[in-house]
Amino acid sequence: MSEANKQPSAEPMILMQGVHKWYGQFHVLKDINLSVQAGERIVLCGPSGSGKSTAIRCLNRLEEHQQGRIVVDGTELTQDLKHIEAVRREVGMVFQHFNLFPHLTVLQNCTLAPMWVRKMPKRQAEEIAMHFLERVRIPEQAGKYPGQLSGGQQQRVAIARALCMKPKIMLFDEPTSALDPEMVKEVLDTMVSLAEDGMTMLCVTHEMGFARTVANRVIFLDKGEIVEQADPDTFFTNPQNERTQLFLSQILH
Amino acid sequence: MQTHSFKPDLPPPVLSVGVLGWLRANLFSNWFNTLLTFFAIYLIWLIVPPIIQWAFINADWTGTTRADCTSGGACWVFVQQRLGQFMYGFYPTELRWRVDATLWLAIIGAAPLFVPQMPRKALYGLGFLLVYPVLAYWLLHGGLFGLSVVSTSQWGGLLLTLVIAAVGISGALPLGILLALGRRSNMPAIRVICVTFIEFWRGVPLITVLFMSSVMLPLFLPEGMHFDKLMRALLGVILFQSAYIAEVVRGGLQAIPKGQYEAAAAMGLGYWRMMGLVILPQALKLVIPGIVNTFIALFKDTSLVIIIGLFDLLNSIKQATTDPAWLGMATEGYVFAALVFWIFCFGMSRYSMHLERKLDTGHKR
Repeated sequence: MSEANKQPSAEPMILMQGVHKWYGQFHVLKDINLSVQAGERIVLCGPSGSGKSTAIRCLNRLEEHQQGRIVVDGTELTQDLKHIEAVRREVGMVFQHFNLFPHLTVLQNCTLAPMWVRKMPKRQAEEIAMHFLERVRIPEQAGKYPGQLSGGQQQRVAIARALCMKPKIMLFDEPTSALDPEMVKEVLDTMVSLAEDGMTMLCVTHEMGFARTVANRVIFLDKGEIVEQADPDTFFTNPQNERTQLFLSQILH
Repeated sequence: MQTHSFKPDLPPPVLSVGVLGWLRANLFSNWFNTLLTFFAIYLIWLIVPPIIQWAFINADWTGTTRADCTSGGACWVFVQQRLGQFMYGFYPTELRWRVDATLWLAIIGAAPLFVPQMPRKALYGLGFLLVYPVLAYWLLHGGLFGLSVVSTSQWGGLLLTLVIAAVGISGALPLGILLALGRRSNMPAIRVICVTFIEFWRGVPLITVLFMSSVMLPLFLPEGMHFDKLMRALLGVILFQSAYIAEVVRGGLQAIPKGQYEAAAAMGLGYWRMMGLVILPQALKLVIPGIVNTFIALFKDTSLVIIIGLFDLLNSIKQATTDPAWLGMATEGYVFAALVFWIFCFGMSRYSMHLERKLDTGHKR
């Protein structure tokens, strides 16, 4: 893989400063500080309940943070709906359970947001949709409904659907966790090719092979805190924190 | 290396398929079911032949007065002679073409909506929904462009039944959807208003609503302000049924997984687009049986306007049976009323089944 030595630009793509979040009494995110440059590929991992999913869901306001600042692509996330929608236009998201719209065909799933959010003419939206469906190698399924596809195909459609908005950032929330084992690879391959094109990516995943080959940085969260972050080589071969060592010993057999 | 050879597919046992298999499995599976089968055949033999005898074989179909009914069966002459009244109520005979025109306009206007290849169907449908009520009101009520006025108190029979049902359905559905969305809103004020509205209208019987709308409402209105009786009844029906529709739709909204809302929100769709493009199309599809159930109930409840002195189909027939010239024809009248109601309700039911099949995208959760 070509390792582009980009100069870090002055403005980070994503900035989290002292972010806290509670679910009722439960303190799920504690003082999260994170800065992501354009083109960076971050993998977040950690035990279940560590807050990794919540952290990336705060980046497009599917979850609301109660303290601290989050700035995405120069727009701060506040109560202001305009800001939230502006951020969501630039941030694509892929979910664990795909969340394709079952009443729309694959093609309609892909053209919905470009047509209604970007106000793109139908023809142009369909051209872009077909381009990205070819990119994830399922253009022949465009006329089908999500319910007729396999899990791996559905997740690739979900990735294409997010890409159709031409996002600057892609968030992946455990994209392979709900897949049958033989389908994990086709989704990971798609993500790798996306990374090779220089997309800014944040992935919550347990696929350590993916983290090792694709990530610039691996972030380990536990109990709502960033415990350790390092480049993948250091992270996997020489973890500094005992919690990280324990976690790695449990998932790497 | 070893290769596995798969066993071929075999046909199923003869006695489990075909007509014989069906008979065996459903009618004669054991001695008790066999007994029930013969008992049911006996009941059918007891009930059905006399009805056919009365309604068809011994029935009188032609004539002008009750004296023409001589054969002892059903006297359909009565229905035939009074059909105009059953269909149009007191609508002036020479102006009935306007009612027919209204109906034909609906059929011709709506026909393109049932053509699958029709382009810009949504736009056309919206236009039809906006233009048709105005045209229909003008044709039925008159008063503009040379059409003489036929006041709503002269409307009656099946015409009135269909007007109440159609206006009730097309008013209650959108209002009910809005109420259902409001009841699940994040904004407390809207939620409270919707909950109060729904619980109030669901808590009172339709008869009370109609009675109140015709007796009580005028007391609250300022002096000299006139509000058509039919309009008040229509308003009552719409508000009442919208509360039921709202709860049915809310059931559908609750069945949509949270991930659908999140996916729609994550791509930047605002609230109304998320609801209109992603959530409602799925939720409404799920609750088609419940919505049609409410519509059928609404259609049959139109008869309750008898309480405020409007003459719908059933009331027109009831009135005709009290005519001294046709005394004793109540059975024929009510059988006819039942048949007309059944045709419309069964039609709605079949259409909803067709719609469910058509909208099924093969996605079973």
